[in-house]
Amino acid sequence: MIEAIQESHYYNSLPFLLKGLRWTAFITFAGLFIGFILGAIFGLGRLSKSKIISTLSTVYVEVVRGTPMLAQILFIYAGLTKGIIGFNIDAVTASITAIAINAGAYIAEIVRGAVYSIEKGQHEAGRAMGLTQRQTMRYIIWPQAFKRMIPPLGNQFVISLKDTSLLSVIAIPEIVYQGKQYYNITYSPFQTLVMVCLLYLVITIPTSLYLRRLERKLDV
Amino acid sequence: MITVKDLHKYFGKNEVLKGINAHVNESEVVCVIGPSGSGKSTFLRCLNLLEEVTSGEIEIDGDVLTDPKVDINAVRSQVGMVFQHFNLFPHMSVLDNITLAPIKVKGLSKEEAEEAARPLLDKVGLSDKADAYPESLSGGQKQRVAIARSLAMDPKVMLFDEPTSALDPELVGDVLQVMKDLAKEGMTMVVVTHEMGFAKEVGDRVLFMDEGIIMEEGSPTQIFDMPQHERTQSFLSKIL
Ligand SMILES: Nc1ncnc2c1ncn2[C@@H]1O[C@H](COP(=O)(O)OP(=O)(O)O)[C@@H](O)[C@H]1O
Ligand SMILES: [Mg+2]
Repeated sequence: MIEAIQESHYYNSLPFLLKGLRWTAFITFAGLFIGFILGAIFGLGRLSKSKIISTLSTVYVEVVRGTPMLAQILFIYAGLTKGIIGFNIDAVTASITAIAINAGAYIAEIVRGAVYSIEKGQHEAGRAMGLTQRQTMRYIIWPQAFKRMIPPLGNQFVISLKDTSLLSVIAIPEIVYQGKQYYNITYSPFQTLVMVCLLYLVITIPTSLYLRRLERKLDV
Repeated sequence: MITVKDLHKYFGKNEVLKGINAHVNESEVVCVIGPSGSGKSTFLRCLNLLEEVTSGEIEIDGDVLTDPKVDINAVRSQVGMVFQHFNLFPHMSVLDNITLAPIKVKGLSKEEAEEAARPLLDKVGLSDKADAYPESLSGGQKQRVAIARSLAMDPKVMLFDEPTSALDPELVGDVLQVMKDLAKEGMTMVVVTHEMGFAKEVGDRVLFMDEGIIMEEGSPTQIFDMPQHERTQSFLSKIL
């Protein structure tokens, strides 16, 4: 029995997929880290009184949300770099950029929604005491808004994690790419893809369960 | 202490304040009454520039608020404001609510600010609530914390916008008591309120606002017992 498992493709594909997992995790975290910064900037930008800033932010969000992720990846990797700048950025940099820009737009909406949901009176109370706009944001609005952002940010983590699978088209050796390589050589698409999906689920299901608990606890 | 000259305020094309002239002396308690939508809150909010003034002049203790060069934050730090819905910061303890502005605006150390906060909590009768969070307080307690929070900036003037109208009736008394104590200590106060008892007992003057102007003003006795204007009479007959 154990031998049968050990000789099966379920078992043998695993080391390849785990190697892919490292890339998946690295690009997800790096992309989301930058994406969060972009999201905070453009999310607050959408709430800005300056017409230019809020319009620019809206354009960014709508362009990203209205185009397919796959097109964005190819655009950043091939369209921009080869087409415009004239030289090639490496696929990893392009990947992190693509995840960051894509997640950034969705996170901008999360940030905007959370900040917007804080009662106006909070802002007024801060300003009425003599705090500056910046201080009010930092000490009063942001801490409350951030709490409300945690569940949707967790959700975005799950989405971006799955989106990294699209990076296989530019030959990033993440989970799906590794799986494909493996089954092309071994002719075992069924077993390999079961393992690919399981690998994602091992991360996404506990994350979702944890988020649901957190959501109840934060009562948001 | 406060002088308002020909104050106009538009929201878009809607003229909400149509030329307000008012004067508040030092240590005076002025109550503002009037129907809902008459511009009472807007007037009060102009006094600490929470609303941008369209035209006119506001002067508080020598500072011309309507001068474009004025340091808005400095002015606001000297004008305390208490809101109908308290607006306490839910993510901070009572003590932190009170010490935030003294630390960030006045530059006090945490220790100094906390030391200054204790007697204020005493004053509003909540010394035992320093470490509580707003959600665990009753409405009346929240409003008293909000008053202490404003007092922590050592304001020259306190503005109250219907401070008791969101409270259960049995909680109103404690808040009014704190306000009465403040008035006795000589605080200059502008109070939007429908608490006639309070206005009569501590108010030096009452302004009746209607449709963006001050229709009538006078001592509490004049306004409540012998209102001259027909609008004042009909308003009072509705709320008394
Ligand atoms: N931020 C705002 N934008 C547009 N209109 C407003 C705003 N605030 C108040 N108003 C309008 O101004 C008028 C006066 O409101 P307000 O000062 O709140 O009256 P009161 O406090 O006497 O009930 C109302 O008609 C209200 O709809
Ligand atoms: Mg009002």
